[in-house]
Amino acid sequence: MPFARSLRCRECGREYPLEPLHVCEFCFGPLEVSYDYEAMHRTVTRASIERGPNTAWRYADLLPVDPEHAVDIHAGFTPLVRARNLGEHLGLKHLYIKNDCANPTWSFKDRVVTVAATKAREFGFDTLACASTGNLANSVAAHAASAGLDAYVFIPSDLERGKIVGSSVYGATLVAVDGNYDDVNRLCSELADKYQERTPGGRRWAFVNINMRPYYAEGSKTLGYEVAEQLGWRAPEHIVAPMASGSLYVKIWKGLQELSRLWLIDSVQTKMSGAQARGCSPIVTAYEAGTTNIRPVRPNTIAKSLAIGNPADGYYALKVMEESGGFGVASDDAEIVEGIKLLAESEGIFAETAGGVVIAGLKKLALQGKIAPDELTVAYITGAGLKTQEAIEGALAEPLHIEPTMASFEASIGDPVRQSVG
Amino acid sequence: MARQRVKFTFPQELITLPIIYELGKQFDIVTNVRRADVTEDRGWVVLEMDGPIDEIERGLDWVTAKGVRVDPVPGDIVEG
Repeated sequence: MPFARSLRCRECGREYPLEPLHVCEFCFGPLEVSYDYEAMHRTVTRASIERGPNTAWRYADLLPVDPEHAVDIHAGFTPLVRARNLGEHLGLKHLYIKNDCANPTWSFKDRVVTVAATKAREFGFDTLACASTGNLANSVAAHAASAGLDAYVFIPSDLERGKIVGSSVYGATLVAVDGNYDDVNRLCSELADKYQERTPGGRRWAFVNINMRPYYAEGSKTLGYEVAEQLGWRAPEHIVAPMASGSLYVKIWKGLQELSRLWLIDSVQTKMSGAQARGCSPIVTAYEAGTTNIRPVRPNTIAKSLAIGNPADGYYALKVMEESGGFGVASDDAEIVEGIKLLAESEGIFAETAGGVVIAGLKKLALQGKIAPDELTVAYITGAGLKTQEAIEGALAEPLHIEPTMASFEASIGDPVRQSVG
Repeated sequence: MARQRVKFTFPQELITLPIIYELGKQFDIVTNVRRADVTEDRGWVVLEMDGPIDEIERGLDWVTAKGVRVDPVPGDIVEG
């Protein structure tokens, strides 16, 4: 916290105090936290970080919050897995999987929400809110429960029952909104503006990805920090990350750049590749067209957690892609399902559809020679597959059905005992 | 009175039409453009609208019916 200095407009550069603001009052550009890196450099060392807890909070000095009052359900410091089998399959000798399924609510959203919830409490808000169809809702509800805050989660009214349980179990109030996706978007934007001050019930709301967005987004930097630390304080040579709003992708890059600026790693030569589902690929489509102008789209993909048709950070993601020399890659739904299966069958990691998007994209980039066989490559898996089981139902082998006899079993599997003896 | 900040994204065929001017004429809304990027084949405008809430909602419905995409300034808010 002592090193966060101000909020700065990413468009016009105007500065604002560290308050619950998210857009520049002058140009309506997005605000981002800026830091006093010289002071940070005098204090933060590899050793000081390594002494910290085995959670995202080991990087507290690099975040815009006070760790003394952290809303901490142990997000972060998830495994970085050497993916030998998948690497061999794809012809990549140094492939790693950052397995963020291992977070408390099984997705990377715990990283951003732990920061947003902490900041919300610092600001004196008594209610956490979000609009979400899945991972974000789960994480907001869990953090609010831990912090003793009220939680309101807005969902489209046609959301499947299974997706509601993962939020309602924590005691959150779920509000099912009749109307389409755009209607929910617009309502929540208006609510965030109005209820930030005070609701009719006298409460003040922190909408994690609206009025808390500058702080919330900073939590994704820990995905960059952790991978560098887990690799022995060095940046990967190539990263493949999923893109929805583009924020996670941009913040991984920011995290690596900050470590370099603090002399904790060498200069960053990482190629940042971003993966989207073809059914919602406004960023990759702009990349392929060679433009930084994003055309909003109507999502139509099984990768619901990446289905953001009008990505807030799309422009900035394209700038990072260009600066780093990375690639944009999109995959259709069948390829996404194959990606989920490939990761599960090769590495024992069951990813949600966003992970299928990443693995499908990784495969394409490897086969096209855009990732060299010797490049130290990290693929980010940001959520667990148990949340999106419906996406792969029908694509998996059915169980063997047998009578309760040895003969029936051996007949069904072709009698491997005799085969091996023979 | 209410105030809303929105982003209009125009398809190519609407770029040359004075839609924001007409919005202010046909409805009791004051429009205030803060940022924009318009080229030959596409364009977007970030603006603020002041007026009675029902007028703003009717105005946005009218703009949407014209074929303009209307989004909140922060982009899509509903996340996975």
